[in-house]
Amino acid sequence: MQPIRSMKELEKTRESLRQGRDPDRKIVSVCTGTGCKAYKCDDLVENLRAEITKAGLDAEIETKATGCPGFCERGTLVTIYPEKIFYQRVRPEHAADIVGRTLLKGELIDELLYVDDETGKTIVHEDEIPFYKKQQQVLLGPNRSLDPTSLDDYLVLGGYGALRKVLEELKPDEVIDQITRSGLRGRGGGGFPTGVKWRTCREAPGDIRYVICNADEGDPGAFMDRCLLEANPHSILEGMIIGAYAIGASQGFVYVRNEYPIAAANVRLAVDKARASGLLGKDILGQGFSFDVEIIRGGGAFVCGESTALMASIEGYVGEPRAKHIHTVEQGLYDKPTNLNNVETWANVPLIINKGVDWFTSIGTGDVSENPWGGSKGTKIFSLVGKVKNTGLVEVPMGITLRKIIYDIGGGVLGGKKFKGVQTGGPSGGCLPEEFLDRPVDFDELTKAGSMMGSGGMIVLDEDTCMVDFARYFLNFLREESCGKCTSCREGLERMYQITDDICEGRAGPQLLPLLDELAEVVKDASLCALGQTAAYPVLSTLRYYRDEYEAHIFRHECPAKSCKAMIRFSVNENCNGCNLCLRNCPYEAITGEKKKGDTYEIHQDKCTQCRICFESCKFDGVSIDTGVMR
Amino acid sequence: MIEFTIDGKTVQAERGESLLKIANAQGFRIPHLCYHEVVQAYGACRLCLVEVTQTSHGRKRTKLTTSCNFPALEGIEVVTQSERIGRNRRMIIELLLARAPKAKRLQELAAEYGVGKVRFAESDAECILCGLCVQICRDVVGVDALGFTGRGVNKDARPPFGEPSKECIACGACVEACPVDCIKMEETHTMRTIVRWKRTLPMRVCEECGYSFAPTFQLMHFAKKTGMSLDDFRVCRDCR
Repeated sequence: MQPIRSMKELEKTRESLRQGRDPDRKIVSVCTGTGCKAYKCDDLVENLRAEITKAGLDAEIETKATGCPGFCERGTLVTIYPEKIFYQRVRPEHAADIVGRTLLKGELIDELLYVDDETGKTIVHEDEIPFYKKQQQVLLGPNRSLDPTSLDDYLVLGGYGALRKVLEELKPDEVIDQITRSGLRGRGGGGFPTGVKWRTCREAPGDIRYVICNADEGDPGAFMDRCLLEANPHSILEGMIIGAYAIGASQGFVYVRNEYPIAAANVRLAVDKARASGLLGKDILGQGFSFDVEIIRGGGAFVCGESTALMASIEGYVGEPRAKHIHTVEQGLYDKPTNLNNVETWANVPLIINKGVDWFTSIGTGDVSENPWGGSKGTKIFSLVGKVKNTGLVEVPMGITLRKIIYDIGGGVLGGKKFKGVQTGGPSGGCLPEEFLDRPVDFDELTKAGSMMGSGGMIVLDEDTCMVDFARYFLNFLREESCGKCTSCREGLERMYQITDDICEGRAGPQLLPLLDELAEVVKDASLCALGQTAAYPVLSTLRYYRDEYEAHIFRHECPAKSCKAMIRFSVNENCNGCNLCLRNCPYEAITGEKKKGDTYEIHQDKCTQCRICFESCKFDGVSIDTGVMR
Repeated sequence: MIEFTIDGKTVQAERGESLLKIANAQGFRIPHLCYHEVVQAYGACRLCLVEVTQTSHGRKRTKLTTSCNFPALEGIEVVTQSERIGRNRRMIIELLLARAPKAKRLQELAAEYGVGKVRFAESDAECILCGLCVQICRDVVGVDALGFTGRGVNKDARPPFGEPSKECIACGACVEACPVDCIKMEETHTMRTIVRWKRTLPMRVCEECGYSFAPTFQLMHFAKKTGMSLDDFRVCRDCR
């Protein structure tokens, strides 16, 4: 593309791109996000294209490899526009049928259609699926219509229109004013008002300023930012350019974690294309404003998601946080005023400029007209994972209840099991039990409950999850991912891990419970950075809401979830009809018994490793798990 | 100059100066391990905790913070002793003592601040990762022979790849700085060994009096830094 040198040229380019597209052309949109790569979505795209060519339909039908619209549980997703025919769990071998039957003959393929579990009804159209119906996908929505490698697609959808508006109509102060009034708060977890941050950075003394996009998303089970960067990288770039203009920065960085190769590739390509088109670099759109972006890949440390550690990493130092007594907006990267925002925060910026402050504040909770901390506005993307039916990314208005997310959108707990809790905010967040399901989800409410919204990870736990083991899991993650600089975090997490390990293994005496309480408070109180201060939350929240489980382990050697191996014993019960399946499946030959003689079956404890295979393979509930028994 | 209070007493200082430095100079007792005034405050050991009350965004807020890296600011109220400080400090001493039970300095701190029996399984780490050796070698000596490796539970301070250091000039600054004496130095008349870094270097013997006064590599480093000739270091300071 020739560099676009003026606003007029931008609109002319957009218009000619739109006119070049045949409105009657069918589009077969295939989700090709990271999750669907495992289902060979790339082969599916290739097969579809080959079949379409074979059928001589290249002029009429376009196959678009897009980013993720969120319903990962049912991937790979194929949607045919304009009818919005929605096919789920599509594999490469389905390509011939989709082209031969649906595209050529207009038939629907039953086995690829979505069936609603509740009603048993088959649903044809994407927008009628319950998973999507309760969502408000203002950020994820465009993913369906975008080939992430195509700047043209983004322009056709109106992309860089917000940038145009800003450069043409608004002074930097007015941009900051709009962002402040919108009530946008940092999506990375801190929830600090974005406009206030921008203003402080703009007003900090100095000539050089930086903006950074934090794409070092490291919470286990969270992938909102990956999806946005993979699917719609230009929206993040556009947000950053607008931010840089408002703040007065001429250099930006996207710090993307090494584990996100597709996100890194797509955003790099987006930067290259934007630069070649005059949307980035010197004299953007001929308006005299210059700004460029560099992509930095992380080295795999969770702690580099913390702003000061991230900046140290960009500078080439070890990723260790420093005390923020002087804020990074005043003295950040290379000691210059630096404004860092999370991917999702940047992605919201063009939307606010395009659709207006009033539109944005109409979504969400509270009142931000006087005080930017007064509420939580806009939508939030959560990655809904764990023991829930519909896993994937959900974008909902702030203030929606946990119950609506988990049950109405998520379809409830997997396999009809009982709900036990939901972990929000990743390793920095807490675990909330059932009584909090009707709490609205926003920055302030979850914090009050002893958890936090964090960046948007949401892990659903069922009755089979042991809460002590769950706390141990996060502690194990954190003890390895702590930078190790400060005593309370490094030593405290290791000791907390050892205590929870002792509890799960049945080695813990009663004195360890108050010691765990005490330690968790010190880690929270005395640690240097926000990651350290919040690292105790998984323990603090489970101690608060699931203390009985800790006590059961310690005092009765009982694991209520029947999950801790040191405290459970498998045995054959009276339901056994001697079908022999457990015996054949046991990898350790721990089971003996005669075929068709149920009462002869026995599990020999000296050989049993509690692998659960007998329990899970029995069709007659003939295997029991007892707890409260020490091995 | 700015004014603020420490435990109710008004003090004057330069804006931005370290609270710990000011407080210690004024006679307030704040313990510390990783702080040394010749290098930048690192804030790792967490022993020098104080409570600071300041007004931000119109709200008065009190927070627990390390004093070594907290800048003196107009009007702040600093408290050096409180139940909250004591509780956190005792646990930090206990954690460090569990890590390095043989460290005399930690045993003294435990006695001073009333840390009873250590409730954690003792490890034999010796080093408490305060980072003073790394910082002093890099920022004061200017040699940069040491660094941190790993993170979290696997963090360590050592020469590159854990091999015997090839950079170390055996100056002994790290030995002096280490608050828990885990960097040992051994000397014979002609050789000096920094045991922890597995570095043994020859000593320069004074051509006049025969006293072995400094490691040869350290003198070479001095010569390089100052532009002097190594010949200028043939005799010890007393015989010069």
